[in-house]
Amino acid sequence: MHRAELSAASTGASGGGATPGLPPHSGLSAAEKSQSRRVMRRRKLLTLAFVAPLIIFVLIAFVAPIGTMLYRSVYHPTVAQLIPETLAVLADWDETGEARPSDSALNIFTVELQLLADDRRSGKLAEEINRSLPGSSSLIKSSARKIKPLDPEMLSRDGASKLLAMQPQWQQVEIWREMKLAGALFTNDFYLTALDLMHNTQGDIVARDTQIYVKLYMKSLWIALLITLLTGIISYPLAYYLATAPTRTANTLMVFVLLPFWTSLLVRTTSWIALLQTNGVVNSFLQSIHAIGEPLELLYTQFSTVIAMTHILLPFMILPLYSVMKGIDPSYLRAALSLGAKPIPAFIRIYMPMTVPGLSAGALLVFIISIGYYITPALVGGTDGQMISNIIAFHMQSSNNWELAAALGSLLLGLILLLYWIYDRLVGVSNIKLG
Amino acid sequence: MTDTSTTGQAPSSDDQYVRFINVKKSYDQHNLVVKDFNLDARKGEFVTLLGPSGSGKTTCLMMLAGFEDVTSGSILINGEPVNNIAPYHRNIGMVFQHYALFPHMTISENLAYPLKVRKKSADEVKRRVKESLALVELADFGKRYPGQLSGGQKQRVALARSLIFEPSIVLMDEPLGALDKNLREQMQFEIKRLHEDLGFTAIYVTHDQTEALTMSDRIAVFNDGIVEQCAAPEELYERPANSFVADFIGENNRIPGTVARIEGGRAQISLADGSSATTLNPNCPQPGEPCMLTIRPENLFIAGDTLRDNCIEASFTTRLYVGDSIRYFFKMSSGAELMVKALNDSQAPVLTPGALTRLTWDLADGLALDRAI
Ligand SMILES: Nc1ncnc2c1ncn2[C@@H]1O[C@H](COP(=O)(O)OP(=O)(O)O)[C@@H](O)[C@H]1O
Ligand SMILES: [Mg+2]
Repeated sequence: MHRAELSAASTGASGGGATPGLPPHSGLSAAEKSQSRRVMRRRKLLTLAFVAPLIIFVLIAFVAPIGTMLYRSVYHPTVAQLIPETLAVLADWDETGEARPSDSALNIFTVELQLLADDRRSGKLAEEINRSLPGSSSLIKSSARKIKPLDPEMLSRDGASKLLAMQPQWQQVEIWREMKLAGALFTNDFYLTALDLMHNTQGDIVARDTQIYVKLYMKSLWIALLITLLTGIISYPLAYYLATAPTRTANTLMVFVLLPFWTSLLVRTTSWIALLQTNGVVNSFLQSIHAIGEPLELLYTQFSTVIAMTHILLPFMILPLYSVMKGIDPSYLRAALSLGAKPIPAFIRIYMPMTVPGLSAGALLVFIISIGYYITPALVGGTDGQMISNIIAFHMQSSNNWELAAALGSLLLGLILLLYWIYDRLVGVSNIKLG
Repeated sequence: MTDTSTTGQAPSSDDQYVRFINVKKSYDQHNLVVKDFNLDARKGEFVTLLGPSGSGKTTCLMMLAGFEDVTSGSILINGEPVNNIAPYHRNIGMVFQHYALFPHMTISENLAYPLKVRKKSADEVKRRVKESLALVELADFGKRYPGQLSGGQKQRVALARSLIFEPSIVLMDEPLGALDKNLREQMQFEIKRLHEDLGFTAIYVTHDQTEALTMSDRIAVFNDGIVEQCAAPEELYERPANSFVADFIGENNRIPGTVARIEGGRAQISLADGSSATTLNPNCPQPGEPCMLTIRPENLFIAGDTLRDNCIEASFTTRLYVGDSIRYFFKMSSGAELMVKALNDSQAPVLTPGALTRLTWDLADGLALDRAI
């Protein structure tokens, strides 16, 4: 003990001497400055080298696909590639007037239509125009069929009158208007479709008769909200128990919380099928205790989507809540009690506000993951439990309308960013705490 | 060990305002963390529980506050057993080591909280919060959040909050543990001032012996779940009951020896190097048993012309210059190391290393205490 004191005191004493003589400097000399700048630059480069792989990965795997998606949702060159020269002459035509394009324009169109017919691509054009002007498909297809055998030389001189003679509908302005609009390289059509809107024949934006996508967005929002609420209600008491339980109990229970992360998502989802189907575990049990006569329709409903996704997303709520609660000193609650507050009011007034960072982190995670969730609704959702991502997948895989899928996806992205912004205004993103 | 000064006459309830009677506590049903704790605190007394970390001090406070249940024994406040009273009905103020100020409430809201849960009128709450802020000299800080205050300021707020609902007992669990030295001393004065002004009964926990000595009316020295001694600061320092207390409170020279005989209240100790010493000590072990002779460094002197009652020889090793005092280090031939604390005045001797020196002390200043072997 004595020796320790000695050595501590002697090191303390040696530091006391002042160094007189040197004038005090307020700034750095030029050499010192450039030296320190060099050191800083090297440190920055080193840091950059460490994060470079991540940046490259993010660029390739994240920024590029999203950029492509945004681009595809507005870029639509199909028609422009099919009838480039017609579109070039149509550029001078006034589509707001009552007159159809000039005969020379029609001549060029018939030549191009014949070329398309020869390549068997006239159907593609018909399909594109038909989308905005229903009924035009048969007109274009039959015209192409009739023009195909004619002499191209003659068409370039006299195609207009031939065309009008064969199909008088070509006199109408609408079809030309639609062709000119469809010929634009960039279009907002897919966004309009995704929002259940369209151009009418006058070019104004009007609502469609059948609402599909907006309803689906609303349903996805509602399901995501429901799942967030459910996970919150289930996780809060559990996380509180985990955070206050003895370490050994908490660790054992934590394994059960993490278990879902170690099993395949597909297995977990299909096990819900086994549970919920007509002859499944739940129905058999309820029937065996005579709680119900007929099996309930549990699977392929919104209910099954919600319950399966709640189960799958539970850890995303429990973990941030748990880590925040774990960090809350028990003396806060004790202090509140010692000040005379009853346990439940103290919990609500003192403890719960301190868990807001964890709760909001969990809620944001669960909400954002669930609003774009695909596989579970696809497997157990039926038609009733489909969400917006399922229709996006449908347009990519089945209807082959990638542009619409991209527009729907971009809107989803926009929606999430909007919600994130609102959330930031209400709660503050800096309040989020994951651990 | 309870204070026995009141034996002989029936103790009034003010003399036994807070009572721990044979209190035992076990967290795991195997090991006792608190073993048979007894304490009587007078109304308005400042009692400190002092002991090394893990000795059960916090546990005792928590049982009094109602956050831990008592395994066996009972706790009485003003004659009433509190074992079955919920913590929020005990009306005990509490100051926590890490302040436990509610981070999402302003200072004023923190102070108002105990009044609001007691359904006081808005006017009264406002008035008392203002008074309370003035009491701890933080009148302009009401609108701030705890995160915007320094450690010392937070501690004042915590103190004010524990006092604002006028509890008769205030518990403080190492309230100054997180502060640096200067602030600690300032806050010690502050707490003493509030205690004297408001007259509450304070049970204070610390592991800092200086803090305990300067602040307390009485100190209970804890060691491993038992109270080694409970007495006023002077008595603890001057007449420690055993060598644990002697070592824990202040610095000490320890010379191992054996009790040779006890005669007329004086004990004759034979030391390992063959010399012997005499002490006046009521707590001495029986003759023939090993003991530890302890002498405070400020009571041991380098012999000049005059010798005191006891005298031994030791060789000088080194000297430590502290400023107002000088510490001299010696080693006895038996190996025991000794330290002498001398005032840094003109009489401070100059010694050469290895010089054989005579050290001397008064009869009353050496204590023969038990020696753990
Ligand atoms: N909640 C608890 N559960 C189990 N053991 C505890 C608990 N609190 C304290 N202990 C144990 O009780 C002993 C005394 O602790 P404590 O009263 O905090 O001591 P001190 O306050 O004197 O440092 C320690 O050994 C500690 O490990
Ligand atoms: Mg403690």
